[in-house]
Parts: sequence; C-alpha cells; structure tokens
Amino acid sequence: MNATNWVTICQHEDLVDNSGVCALIEGKQVALFKIRSANDEKVYALSNWDPLGKANVLYRGLVGSMQSTPIVVSPLHKQRYCMLTGQCIDNDEIKLDVYPVRVKDQCVQLGL
Amino acid sequence: MALATNSTRILVVGNGMVGHHFVDQLVQQSNEQFGNQAFQVTVLSAEPRLAYDRVHLSEYFSGKTAEELSLTTPEYYEELGVAFKTNARVTQIDKQAKIVTIESDEQFGYDKLVMATGSYPFVPPIPGNEQPHCLVYRTIEDLEAISASASESKVGVVVGGGLLGLEAANALKQAGLQTHVVEFAPQLMAVQVDSGGGQLLKNKIQELGVTVHTQKATQRIEKGSSCRYKMCFADGEELETDMILFSAGIRPQDSLARQFDLAIGERGGIVINDQCQTNDADIYAIGECALWNNFIFGLVAPGYAMARAAASHICGGELLFQGADMSTKLKLMGVEVGSIGDAHAKTQGALSFTYEDQVSGVYKKIVVSPEQNKLVGAVLVGDTSDYDTLLQYALNGIDLPEYPESLILPSTGDSKPALGADALPDAATICSCHNVTKADIVAGFDSGACSISDIKSCTKASTGCGGCAALLKSVCDSELEKRGVEVKKDICEHFAYSRQELFHVIKVEKIKTFEALVEKHGQGLGCEICKPAVGSILASVWNDFVLQPDHVSLQDTNDTYLANMQKNGTYSIVPRIAGGEITPDKLIVLGQVAKQYNLYTKITGGQRIDLFGARVDQLPAIWEVLIEAGFETGHAYAKSLRTVKSCVGSTWCRYGVQDSVGQAIDLENRYKGLRSPHKLKFAVSGCTRECAEAQSKDIGVIATENGWNLYVCGNGGMKPRHADLFATDLDTPTLIKYIDRILMFYVRTADRLQRTSVWMENLEGGLAYLQEVVINDSLDLGQELEAQMQHVVDSYQCEWKTAITDQQSKKRFRQFVNSDKTDENIVFVEERQQIRPATETEMQQFQQQQSDKKDKYADSPILVKAV
Ligand code: SRM
Ligand SMILES: Cc1cc2nc3c(=O)[nH]c(=O)nc-3n(C[C@H](O)[C@H](O)[C@H](O)COP(=O)(O)OP(=O)(O)OC[C@H]3O[C@@H](n4cnc5c(N)ncnc54)[C@H](O)[C@@H]3O)c2cc1C
Ligand code: SF4
Ligand code: FES
Repeated sequence: MNATNWVTICQHEDLVDNSGVCALIEGKQVALFKIRSANDEKVYALSNWDPLGKANVLYRGLVGSMQSTPIVVSPLHKQRYCMLTGQCIDNDEIKLDVYPVRVKDQCVQLGL
Repeated sequence: MALATNSTRILVVGNGMVGHHFVDQLVQQSNEQFGNQAFQVTVLSAEPRLAYDRVHLSEYFSGKTAEELSLTTPEYYEELGVAFKTNARVTQIDKQAKIVTIESDEQFGYDKLVMATGSYPFVPPIPGNEQPHCLVYRTIEDLEAISASASESKVGVVVGGGLLGLEAANALKQAGLQTHVVEFAPQLMAVQVDSGGGQLLKNKIQELGVTVHTQKATQRIEKGSSCRYKMCFADGEELETDMILFSAGIRPQDSLARQFDLAIGERGGIVINDQCQTNDADIYAIGECALWNNFIFGLVAPGYAMARAAASHICGGELLFQGADMSTKLKLMGVEVGSIGDAHAKTQGALSFTYEDQVSGVYKKIVVSPEQNKLVGAVLVGDTSDYDTLLQYALNGIDLPEYPESLILPSTGDSKPALGADALPDAATICSCHNVTKADIVAGFDSGACSISDIKSCTKASTGCGGCAALLKSVCDSELEKRGVEVKKDICEHFAYSRQELFHVIKVEKIKTFEALVEKHGQGLGCEICKPAVGSILASVWNDFVLQPDHVSLQDTNDTYLANMQKNGTYSIVPRIAGGEITPDKLIVLGQVAKQYNLYTKITGGQRIDLFGARVDQLPAIWEVLIEAGFETGHAYAKSLRTVKSCVGSTWCRYGVQDSVGQAIDLENRYKGLRSPHKLKFAVSGCTRECAEAQSKDIGVIATENGWNLYVCGNGGMKPRHADLFATDLDTPTLIKYIDRILMFYVRTADRLQRTSVWMENLEGGLAYLQEVVINDSLDLGQELEAQMQHVVDSYQCEWKTAITDQQSKKRFRQFVNSDKTDENIVFVEERQQIRPATETEMQQFQQQQSDKKDKYADSPILVKAV
C-alpha cells in the first residue's frame, strides 16, 4: 500500500468532546468524532450520510459505547453504527465508509 | 405409508389464522423431517389479503393498521416457496380428479387438500336484518363498514352478549355511540361464566355506560322515529337505534363440505379424526370449520394444535389432536374476566367455593373434584390475578392445598399458598397458542437463550394471544435466577441502576456531570439510553444550561440543536406561545421570519405555530430575530413541558366561569423548562364544556363556580387514557401546590420515557396512593417536592437566549467545520405555495441534473419544481 496522503481538515479545538462535527472534503461529507474518557482520547472519521434515514446527519448523532466499542446513533431513526468499522449494528447489510484520521500538531488530518 | 416427495401438492383453502399457522408448521416440520421443503404448497384466500391477527382485530379501532395486524406478507410466502392467491374463494371440489375451482373458474390440482375455512358470524333470522347499518364483526372489511356506519350514528346496539359481543360493544362505545347490548340468555358470557359472575359482569359493564338488556328476543327491525331503526322485542318493549351489530355466535364455514359430500356434524362442522382428516383421507380440516369429537373449538389455540397435527401427519409424523383446553382470560372494557375448565360445575359430584366482594366488584369461584384434591374449573370476574395459578392447578392436575378456598380469598397478611414457577411440572403448558411447555423453555435456556426475548423468538411463546405473558415472565425469571443471572432493572449496560436509583444517587451524592457519574458508578461512554436519561435527571435536579460543555454530549440531537430534526436533516422551530394567546405583532414577526428564510408554516395540534425547513446553520440567526421580538423557546424538542392549551374562558365566552387563558399562561410560565422523564402536556378549560380537552392531558384543569378541578395522568397519542379527577374546587395556590408535588413526584419515581399515564397505571395503589402522598403528605415529602420545583422555576432560562449569546455553543450550528457551503442533499419542492422536502424520485432527478456541474455545493437552499 502507498504511503497515506494526510490532508489537514480543521484544528483540534474545532472538535467537540464525545460529540461530532462535519467536514466537507472533495465534495464528500465526513463526520468527525472525538471520544474522550478519563485517560484517553481518540478521533474517528465516518461517512456523514445516513443510508437508512437518507440524510447527511450522522455527525449530529449521539455518541456512546457498546461493550467498549465506540458507537454513534443516527439522530433520525436511532440505528447504531460502530465507529471502528462503520458496521451498522442494527442491520447487517449496512456499512458506512470509514477514513483514517489523526491529530498532528493540533491539526486534524484525514488520510486520503 | 407413502413418503412425501417434492412433487406432493398441498392445497390450503382459507388463509385465516389457522390456515397460516398450518403453512408455517408444514414448512418447519418438513425442513426438520426431510431437511428441505418437500412440498409444493398453494394457499387460496377468499379475503383480499393474506392472514392477519383476528384475535386482536379490535385494535384496528385503536389505531392498528391492517399491515400491523398481518401475520405474514407476500414476500415471506415467496421466501418459503409458498404460492398464494387472494380474492380466491373456492367454489367446487372434485374429490375424484383432485381439483378445486375458484370463483374466477381457475383450477388447482392437489394431492392433499387442507380446509381451513374458519367460521362466519351467525345472523339470527329477524325480519329487517338485511338493511344497511346492520353489520357483523369478523373481518377487516367488517370493521371498515362499522367505522363508516358509526360515524353516521348516535346509538348502536350489539345483538349478543358473549365474548365477541362485548368486544364489539366496547368498540361502539369508544366510537362515541350510546351503546346497548341485547342478550337472549338471562346473563352475559353464558358460555364462560356462571350466573353469579354474569350478574357482576353486567353491573360492571353498565357502570361503564353500556346498557345491558338480558332475556330479550328481537322479533322485528322496523323504521325508527328518533333513530334510523326500532327493534321490537318479544316482550313488547322497543329500542331505537341507528345501527345494529350482530354477534350472536359463529357457525362453521362448512358449505363446501356439505355441497361436495364430506361428512359433517348434526349441527354443522366438518368431521375430523385425531389426525384432522375428514372422511376423505386426502382432505384435512382444521380450525373453526372442523368438528372433533362432536365439538367445535372457537378459539385460536386449539386451531393451532390442529394445524400442527395435520402438518405432522402429512410429514409422516405421529402428533395427534386430542382436544384442547378452552380456558380464557380477557379484559373487556377494563373488566377482567377469566374462565377455566368446568366453570359451570357440571362434573359429577363437583363442589364449589365462591367468593364475592360487591364493594369492589370481584367475583371468584373454584370448582373442585368430589375428593376436593383437584381443581376442575374456575370463574373470575373483576380480578384475574389468580388465573395463572389456578390454570396450572387445573391443567397439570396439581394437588390442591388443604384449604382450596385459600386460593381465591383475599390475602390477609399471611401469604397465599403461592404456586411459584418452580412448583410447576416440566410438562406444564405455559403458552397454549404455541404449545410451549415449561420443559421447552428450560431447554431454550440450556441451548443458549439468555433473556425472555430470546425465549420468545426461539419458542414463539407469548406471540399469539399474549395471555401467557405474565406466566412466561415468571418462569423465565425463575430459570434465569437459577442459572445465577440476576434479573435486573438496569437502565443499560453502562449503569447497574434503574432510573429511580440513578435519580437518588445524583441527588444524594450531589453529582453534577455525566462524567462524574460514570466514573463513580458506571462504565464505558454511555449510550442513547442512559445519556439522555441522565441529562434529564441532572436538569431536573440542578437545572444547568443544557448546552454547557459537560452536558452537550448527553442530549439527543433535538436537544443538542434546540430544534426538532425533520426527515431531510433540516429542523423545525416552535416558539412558545403560552396558552395559545398571541398578539398580532408577534404573528407578524413569525410571518416575516418564515418569509425571509422561506420556511413552511403550520398551526400545530398544540395551539402554536411551527416553522419547518430551517438548516442547522440558520437556526441561531432565526432565533436572534425571534428573541428580539420577545419569543422564547417552546421546548418542542425536549422531554419537558410542551404546551398548556386553553379555551377562551370567561373573558369572552358566555359560558365561562373562570379565566382559563390567564390560568393557562401562568401555568405554562411556571413549569416551562422543567425536564421530566417524558414530555408533559397541560390544558385549562373555562367550564365543564371542556373545549380545551383537559381530560386528555397529563395535567388537566377545569374551571368550576368555586375554583378549579384538577385532573391528572391523561394521555392522547398512541394509547389514549382519560385523566383521573384528582381534587375538586381548588383555589389557585392549592392548585399550584398540588401540581408542584405531583410533577416532582413523577420526575423522581417514573421510568425513562414513561408518560404520566403509564406511570399512574403502574403506580402501586394508583390514584388513591397519589392523593395520599400529595394531599395528605403521607410520605412527608410535600415541602421537599415544592422546594425542588421552586428551584427549577427560579433557575429557568430560555436556552435559545443563552445559546445565541454564547459563542462556544453558537459554533455548534455549522454544517461544516471547514466550509460555509450548505448541504446539497437538502432540496425543497413547492407545494400549495410553500416548501416541502423533495421526495426520493424528485431528489434523484435533481441529482441527475446536477451531476455534470463541477462544484455541487450551493450557498443557498435549493428549490426545484415538483416532478
Ligand atoms: C408538530 C406536531 C404536529 C402538528 O403539526 O400539529 C407534533 C409533531 C411531533 N410529534 Fe406529536 N405533535 C404535535 C402534537 C401532538 C399531540 C396533540 C397535543 O399535544 O394536544 C399529541 C397527543 C397528545 C399527547 O401527547 O398526549 C401528540 C402525540 C405524540 C406522540 C405520542 C405520545 C404518546 O404518549 O403516545 C409522539 C411520540 C412520542 O412522544 O414518543 C409524538 C411525537 C412527535 C414528534 C416529536 C415526532 C418526531 O420525533 O419527529 C413530532 C415532532 C415534530 C416537529 O419536528 O416539530 N407526538 N403530538 C404537534 C406539536 C404540538 C406543539 O405545539 O408542540
Ligand atoms: C373480534 C374477534 C376476537 C377474537 N378474540 C379471540 C381471543 O381473544 N382468543 C381466541 O382464542 N380467539 C379469539 N377469536 C377467535 C379466533 O379469531 C378464531 O378462533 C381464529 O381466527 C380461527 O382461525 P381459522 O383459520 O379457523 O378461521 P378464520 O380466521 O376465520 O379464517 C378462515 C379463512 O378462510 C376463508 N375462507 C372461507 N371459505 C373459503 C373458501 N371457500 N375459499 C377460500 N377461502 C375461504 C375466510 O375468508 C377466512 O379468511 C376472536 C375472533 C374475533 C372475530
Ligand atoms: S402524527 Fe405526529 S408524529 Fe406522526 S407524522 Fe404526524 S406529526 Fe409526525
Ligand atoms: S397462550 Fe396465547 S400467546 Fe401464549
């Protein structure tokens, strides 16, 4: 695999603790979530398109965990998605695109 | 015996509850037996649709749709490889050629024919019974006809006071008709209940406003004078009515058998043996059309047992039909009735014990064997809490305790000889609809099931009539406990506490954030269940700004963005219009804002105005204008007070006795912003005519000459509940005091997402208990509850006002962190001079047009024409 091409999208301070924001990258909407617990912080990037509710809203979903897997819950019809894989937990046939993401020097970067 | 090959054609006539169960069973048993689908199954249904749940047919009147009642779908049959045809009434059977013909003359061959034609309602041969508005109660089409007729009628009569007749009477009553039941016999439900129980049942039903006429034989139906018709009875009396519903029993649908020469009983019914075969070995009959041992079973569970037996025989199995238990438990118009086995004590030498409490309207009888060691029958009216236990005694031949009467006497401190789930033998039938025994449930747990819902899906228990739900739960709970699984009320995997316990912990330990709560008492990040619940509790107790950084991630999206998300991701905006009163200036502002942002406007069912179609990034700007004009948030997005509806009251109305508008505005301003387990709705009416519909609200207030009557725990919505009259002729300070206490008590003790109506239904001691707590302060909580409410009232803030002045929270209202573009998926279409979200087809068409443009993201909302 080629070396990932990291593109800066926004600043770390633009993210919200245990909640989502949305970025527009090359015409694609990407939901960014910052998961923070007492001693740990991780950022995840998933497609913002809710394929069941058919709207660009996933970044506005509630964030939580299921047996230590981070999840986001669709704000429209409450389906749950695993942030690691994009798999919809309530519907085997649905899976969201997930993107590599990192924070470097306070910049949030997406691997394209 | 010839083994089935996959060319064996099975033709099923009738796709009612039993016909459908047969198909399911045949497919299942065939898969088990032969490892594949060994038959070509074809189903012919006379009705325009496939099988539906006739047992719960009456729920059609309380809002269930035909789809929700359906037991199967075309897709499901296709998946099973089952061919079917609707509107396909069979008219001929050629037993020699093995061919049946349907109405349209189409023909179908068979190797085995299964008759599951059910029964039809019997209409007594009374002259005049064929006129319009003389109806029956059996199919969805019948119910549609009843609804249509009821809407043009004031008075309705049900002929027949059996189980179905009373269910039909309930439907008419709920449709708002003055309802009568006319019964030929001296009592109601003569099949299931003895005369003592029948009398009590009659009293109870009359109390509910249905007039019961027993021992009345109708002779003629004539044209009426005050109503559409007049019923003339044999005793010379008359009754005027606009519609008549016949529910005078059912008759087996055996006309095909009669015509084409299958054996039928003296009083009808297709004669079958234990394998459910008719006198033609290749023709089976099952369900209500079948006569076994000279008996017709008018219930679904025996029909299902026949379906299993017939399927087994066709697959080469041994299962027999050997009769079925006809015990029933039901709730008719809120009156509980139960009947077990030999209710009429016809068993030779049987003895009975009777208990009657005329004050609370409870009648119980048990019938015991001559030796007094076994239970053979029982009748319960007004209270069926003993039903499950008694049924198990009867079905499983369990030895009675020394004093059998203790089973029905009210407990006086010493506990009743309880028959716990443990005492049941393994062979005990728990669910008779699906023939599930206790052993089946134990086996389910042994092979990996770990909850009631697992058991339901692997055994189907409790998915039929539902009558066994309580028993199933107690058997499952006891099994789980035995396996060391604690039966928990935990709110979710993150907290081992119920909502009430969390409330207590937060209050006593003065916990102010979710983070602190998880750290101390929970685990993980939380989820869509515990986070909003904790957010709501924190708000009820501390009432901090809901968008402050500690709280923001707790809220559902509507709460986070302080608006209601619509199907396309835009939001609606509902400013508070307390009591429904609004000045012309404010109306103009709403109009101007809607015009400027091109929002769809609608008057809501809650007496206020909703503006739809705002993008998330537009919300702060819109609210700036609204707040400037004096509006506040309406909390339409929150589990909190929604509206206090009012009628115009004494200020204008010639009947009004108090200022209902003023009172509604004061109440709305007092309780606005209170976070609660579910939403709260109030209404205030200015007089007993009740134009504000206060009796369907969580808190209802109705003006009297001397003050205010307070109603509590009413509900509209999915399951309407009439509010209970809580106290009468209150002055305003007392009214407020009571409401403070009731609401705070609800906030403390209810489950998450439990409306006050359901809370009340589950509150031990019910209304009387709540009155004790609130009026007589029996828990010595009154002052504390009031103080807590006062804290919430004093710390109220309009969340939108705070949000637009707080830069941090304003930042949240952006679609993109890295761009000012807007969402290209938000497309509107104009209709009736306003916008609406584009449909999927319109959307695709629009995207087609856009696909060749380079940068698709526009800066302003997109509007296209309807396709
Ligand atoms: C806007 C409105 C319909 C309208 O155009 O008139 C409406 C719209 C919604 N109602 Fe309602 N209800 C509206 C009046 C009612 C009423 C009538 C009333 O309040 O007098 C009822 C029956 C009364 C009652 O609640 O007891 C009502 C019973 C429901 C229910 C069923 C509640 C129940 O206990 O069964 C739900 C579902 C729920 O809350 O879980 C619901 C849920 C909803 C939701 C929140 C559904 C959703 O999640 O999208 C809708 C939000 C719309 C929005 O974005 O603003 N709505 N809804 C009405 C807003 C009134 C207001 O000014 O705030
Ligand atoms: C309102 C109501 C409430 C009830 N409540 C209860 C209850 O609480 N508990 C309980 O156990 N039972 C209850 N029952 C009874 C229960 O619904 C029946 O026992 C059950 O539906 C019988 O199933 P079945 O398949 O034998 O007959 P049905 O469900 O009547 O189905 C027979 C089907 O065959 C079709 N058919 C008839 N002739 C032909 C033909 N020639 N060609 C093709 N198709 C044909 C009919 O149109 C019908 O669709 C209730 C019934 C009603 C109406
Ligand atoms: S009834 Fe209420 S919840 Fe249902 S569609 Fe209408 S507005 Fe929405
Ligand atoms: S007895 Fe009818 S569902 Fe169990």
